[in-house]
Amino acid sequence: MKYLDEYRDPVLAGQLLDELRRTATRPWRIMEVCGGQTHTLVRQGIDELLPAGMRMIHGPGCPVCVTPLETLDRAMAVAARPGVILTSFGDMLRVPGSDTDLLSLRARGADVRVVYAPMDAVRLAAEHPDREVVFLAVGFETTAPANAMAVLHAARLGLANFSMLVSHVLVPPAMTALLDDPDCEVQAFLAAGHVCAVMGWREYEPIAARHHVPVVVTGFEPLDLLEGILMAVRQLESGRYQVENQYVRAVRRAGNTAAQDTVRHVFRVTDRAWRGIGELPDSGLELAEEYREFDTIRRFDVGGLCPVEDAECIAGGVLTGARLPTDCAAYGTRCTPRHPLGAPMVSSEGTCAAFHTAGRTPRRSTA
Amino acid sequence: MNIQCPIPTHENEIVLLGHGAGGRLTGELLDQLVLPAVGSVTGPLEDAALLPGHPRLVMSTDSFVVSPLFFPGGDIGSLAVHGTVNDLAMRGAWPLALSVSLIVEEGLPLAELRAVMESLGKAAQDVGVPVITGDTKVVGRGAADRLFINTTGVGQRHELLAPSAASARPGDAVLLSGSIGLHGTTVLGTREGLGFESDIASDSRPLHRLVRALAPLGDAVHVLRDPSRGGLAAALNEIARDSSAAVEIEENAVPVPEAVASACDLLGLDPLVVANEGCLVAFVDADSAESALAAMRSLPEGARAVRIGEVLREGPWGRVTLRTLVGARRIVEMPLGEQLPRIC
Repeated sequence: MKYLDEYRDPVLAGQLLDELRRTATRPWRIMEVCGGQTHTLVRQGIDELLPAGMRMIHGPGCPVCVTPLETLDRAMAVAARPGVILTSFGDMLRVPGSDTDLLSLRARGADVRVVYAPMDAVRLAAEHPDREVVFLAVGFETTAPANAMAVLHAARLGLANFSMLVSHVLVPPAMTALLDDPDCEVQAFLAAGHVCAVMGWREYEPIAARHHVPVVVTGFEPLDLLEGILMAVRQLESGRYQVENQYVRAVRRAGNTAAQDTVRHVFRVTDRAWRGIGELPDSGLELAEEYREFDTIRRFDVGGLCPVEDAECIAGGVLTGARLPTDCAAYGTRCTPRHPLGAPMVSSEGTCAAFHTAGRTPRRSTA
Repeated sequence: MNIQCPIPTHENEIVLLGHGAGGRLTGELLDQLVLPAVGSVTGPLEDAALLPGHPRLVMSTDSFVVSPLFFPGGDIGSLAVHGTVNDLAMRGAWPLALSVSLIVEEGLPLAELRAVMESLGKAAQDVGVPVITGDTKVVGRGAADRLFINTTGVGQRHELLAPSAASARPGDAVLLSGSIGLHGTTVLGTREGLGFESDIASDSRPLHRLVRALAPLGDAVHVLRDPSRGGLAAALNEIARDSSAAVEIEENAVPVPEAVASACDLLGLDPLVVANEGCLVAFVDADSAESALAAMRSLPEGARAVRIGEVLREGPWGRVTLRTLVGARRIVEMPLGEQLPRIC
């Protein structure tokens, strides 16, 4: 696949960095919303090559990190029941709940399985009519269409033993909430390319206009990010605040309207609690009334859950860009990928994990 | 905005799959439980051990639990030969003999067992190593995953070679004999039916001839390592730790096949951490680097040998760093446990 090399060319990267240094006259602060972009920035060390003073703020766009603790505890309570097969994507398995995680639960005998697509969970339900198959459905707008298709498919097959624990979150309400915070330092956004591949970028236009922030739809390769940062800086330097598209090879303004229709049919917008951040109005998706029979919450009464939150972990501050992972007293000592205190240290897209994997220390990150 | 955070506690008092993935969890299990129980081990844990009282003889054992049994580029039978032969080779040894132990799950079709054994026999014949002893056990349904194979090998060191994970020195060139990530992505793709396995095949193959080609370089060859479980990241971290060396590699120089890069991108995996079964890492005197590369490239299994980095003359000792594509520097950590495919 040629595109990989083209967007990882070191010579072009150097040219973009030079151009960025020539263009930036002030220490701008830009937030990359998506955890996948955070990982590319940190793994490649791009954030450390930026012009002096300029800073990337790592955003809340790790779906694993923002899944509420109560949802995780509920998933584990359901998984622990006999006859249940609990399915989810791999990086959900290590996220700490109040007492344990799904990987440990599996080692103790629960039937927890990694799937690579929600349709795999539907297939499992068809193959095991005597078992209850639950799919823990998390993610932003990116994964919602495939999850909606899985519900439609299960309905078509008349599967009475399939359900979905839905914890979808939506990006624009989170960006708005961040910008409404008087302490917000974000001056421009890199919007996640894959979210926009589904949703387009029309939703960002009122945000850019109202808050006077440039928004650049950006891909995930090193050159995508460098070019996206440069486009944002050019807007900031010239006093513009528009939505621009760096990721032209994958995204158009209207997005994928067929996928949007499917999502609208199966899900409806609801208020959602974000782990570490709190409740944000109209920031999540839940199953529409027509498909409530597939709702895990309705199907399994697990009693009252008592999620326990930690006072030491600063994941909330990290998720909103207010703090760096290395600001945390527990970072790298009491909190590591081996023994995580919070979700951002677990997920492959979490900011704390990105910092830890790249060996960042407080000294280096604040230098 | 309410800024709070979760507290999770972890009491991992039971064995997790990650304990077998060759990363930090595996190391902890060995250091805290296995090694104390069997008595002290002097020196670093190597791919193969010197036989006490017989300085030219080395011994290695390995168990193969791969699922599925057959995958593009190999199967559990040939893998069981290559794995142990390669572990012997990484101590500079030529294989003399193998033992083969089978643990078979009740219900395995005899046709599959026959196919595996024929492949194992052919692999041993191709290597030129006799299978001189073995054992067969059958366990009840559910007590094993179809078929497990253990192979133990004894080898004899080439006269001039004495590589060890503790022998890397400042200034050494770090060489890699071929592409990385093929075996791990192939097996994952085949097991999970992800659809990209037609583009990719395991690199499973014996490396003993490659090591023989390096033998004339003698003590210029300091370290040989087979980056299997835990991938290149784990192998380099073990060498850096055991040699107290500062290892630096160039991301641009590490050969990652396009199909591997695409599969890893799709799944959120790091090619540096994905398992290999047919390449080796060699730390050699900088002056001998070109000769070593020429020797490796003279054989098909080393045709794509490249220099990927060096041992720095100044610290940080025990650490592996990587010069990224855009010219920054980051630390390559020892992987934790098994890699988990990401959500999106």
